[in-house]
Amino acid sequence: MRPTLERRLQPRAVPEACEQLVEAGARLQMAYAWFPKPGEPAEVIYLANKAAHEPFPLLRCRLENETEQLESLATRIPLLGWYEREMIDLCGISFKGHPELRRLVLHEGAHPLLPPLDPRYPKDTIIPYVSEPWDLPPIHGSDVQLLPFGPVRADVLESAQIVFYYIGEAILHCHPRLFFKHRGMEKRFEGLSPALGVLIAERISGVDSVAHALAFCQAVEAASQCVIPARARYLRSILAEMERLYNHLHYLGHLCHTTTLKVGEAQGKLLAEQCKQLNGVFTGSRFLRGLLKPGGLRRDLDLRALPTRLRAIEPTITTYMQDLELTNSHLDRLITTGHLPYQTAFDQGATGPIKRASGIERDLRHDHPYAAYDQFAMKIPLRTEGDAHARVQVRMEEIHNSIDLILRAVEEMPEGPVDTEISSPAGEEGLGWCEGPRGSIYYCVHFDPLGKMARVKVKSASFSNWRVFPFTVHDTNMMDYAINEASFGLTMAGCDR
Amino acid sequence: MPLWTLYGIRHGIATNPWPDGGDADVQPGVLGLPRFQPERCQENCRACADVCLPGAIGIEVGTKGERLTLDYGKCIACQLCTESCPTDALMKSTDWAFGVPTREDLVWADALASKPAQELKKNIQRCFGRSFHIRHVDAGSCNGCESELQALNNPYYNLHRLGIFFTPSPRFADLLLVTGSVTYAMREPLLETYNAMPEPRWVMAMGTCAVSGGATGGGYSCAHGVEGILPVDMYVPGCPPNPAAMIHALLLLLNRATQLVRGGHYAK
Repeated sequence: MRPTLERRLQPRAVPEACEQLVEAGARLQMAYAWFPKPGEPAEVIYLANKAAHEPFPLLRCRLENETEQLESLATRIPLLGWYEREMIDLCGISFKGHPELRRLVLHEGAHPLLPPLDPRYPKDTIIPYVSEPWDLPPIHGSDVQLLPFGPVRADVLESAQIVFYYIGEAILHCHPRLFFKHRGMEKRFEGLSPALGVLIAERISGVDSVAHALAFCQAVEAASQCVIPARARYLRSILAEMERLYNHLHYLGHLCHTTTLKVGEAQGKLLAEQCKQLNGVFTGSRFLRGLLKPGGLRRDLDLRALPTRLRAIEPTITTYMQDLELTNSHLDRLITTGHLPYQTAFDQGATGPIKRASGIERDLRHDHPYAAYDQFAMKIPLRTEGDAHARVQVRMEEIHNSIDLILRAVEEMPEGPVDTEISSPAGEEGLGWCEGPRGSIYYCVHFDPLGKMARVKVKSASFSNWRVFPFTVHDTNMMDYAINEASFGLTMAGCDR
Repeated sequence: MPLWTLYGIRHGIATNPWPDGGDADVQPGVLGLPRFQPERCQENCRACADVCLPGAIGIEVGTKGERLTLDYGKCIACQLCTESCPTDALMKSTDWAFGVPTREDLVWADALASKPAQELKKNIQRCFGRSFHIRHVDAGSCNGCESELQALNNPYYNLHRLGIFFTPSPRFADLLLVTGSVTYAMREPLLETYNAMPEPRWVMAMGTCAVSGGATGGGYSCAHGVEGILPVDMYVPGCPPNPAAMIHALLLLLNRATQLVRGGHYAK
């Protein structure tokens, strides 16, 4: 798979190879399975990343038969735990020695006749489902209360269920039941041409439309070895930063909502609205959709007036963030809340601003530059406290960086075409990545001999961060839960896909 | 420490007066659903249908030969058809307020139906016109619709000023606002929420996914929107509908705005 450093292994050699990668300083990013030929056993792929600018190591192993078991790595490399469970649910792969053999992506009560990602699964056949009792961890004690919160939650929120076990105010255990919104998005790519695939990618997580579309387009371009024009690369970086900007501003406003700082909430959400309106004026879409395509952009954008409009709201943004940092009632609720230590963040797979707030200095824009990010020196905002406040501060610094980057990129943007023909990627495979507002996004795209997509794997930022989040909830209190969740800035759509 | 109350007062009113006053066009530049002029179509041209992912554009073979069909209820406003059309039969537009009470009104018809549009329940304005409570259920969306629904409560749109409120409990809700194409796992929670609502109650399918499935309907885990699961009183296509379109649809349900689209034709 381009552009990775690939090794083919026997299934039994995989655990050792993964551990060697970790010992050599790499961090596993994801694992997935696909079926190269209908009716034949699956191939399982592990993706890792190493130090900045080093190629991504990729391990692949072909199962010998459908019943062959792989050894689970979840006890040694915990972040792989969810990927293995996903493979169990969707691809019918079985793992030996997995510590959490419960349903993850598919709910208890969903009984597909074939694993849904098997190419033989009948098209447009909804999984038979009858609700069954949930597989919840048993906890006993006369004082322990159980509170299932969701999936329809207060306010306009995405569907998810959080089951709390608590004593008085203290949370003993928090058990998120997610994937109510699993829409089978990865399967929807199959059989499509890349030009239509980008529409699916944009709809995996609406507020990360650019990030997903960008990672997807780059994967297709890697597979077809296409080099896109410089102007398109600049425009892509600008769009990605415009997306980060409105997301982070909304994040600050929403966090104020949870700490009941009403004017702060109003101001944050107003600024996010103003940024969305800028998106609309300059691109025709408040979510920056319908612009990216494999090979570049669908149309050129005239952004000459953008710097003036952005500079007009920049002072308000700056003052707003300074004021938040001086508001004791707000800070009291954030400092020390939802503490995520470095090692947990690393082991469980935290990504984006979450990992950077826990001292992990990684950012794909800097480490593995794409679009036009190689043209701009970037400082990665870093905090080591690992609490809600650190997560806020990282995002605040990113807001400043995004504005700077947009202004510079518009100024330095070269003239020229914004798209190029892509050659048919028939039979090829490509990896694309992007540092979205919520963290790293990876796309692995496999093409069939006709140049249609045979399998697309989406690693979204929220999938990684939802895995990490409960570790910061255990042993905290109910009062802080909403603040802690808001400080992670998670989406369900991205996680559930 | 900052004085937030003073800060708020100093910044003044941020709310747009629309639709009670001011310019109707509160979303300059935002592209909506494509405008269709079939008389410009070339014979045997299928360029638009070939690029239409959700199948909003189709080909119908009748006695008079091939004919293009267009269903705005399936349109995700991706603009690919407008870019592939060689004759501008489909053009980019900023038309957005497509809320309709009957599903057929989103399907492009050669001639406008002669029968008058179905009157909504007359009492709704008297009883709920200034105090209307919404329970939102996300039945499997991409979070785009939620992002815009959340925007309705920001100072710019300030939905409260119109007497429309989001409520946490279905017991207090008049309207069930559904987003997403309805996944197998959300079907039951959705029905339970509806059953918990007192009558009279209304259902609004918000966004193309909820109207017809759009780009995310079908497959192994989704239905094709709310239709057939709950009785729908208002359809609002768009991917996502922008906040102004959402407000328009809510006011339309309350008989406080006029329907802008009939038989797929836009009348401004």
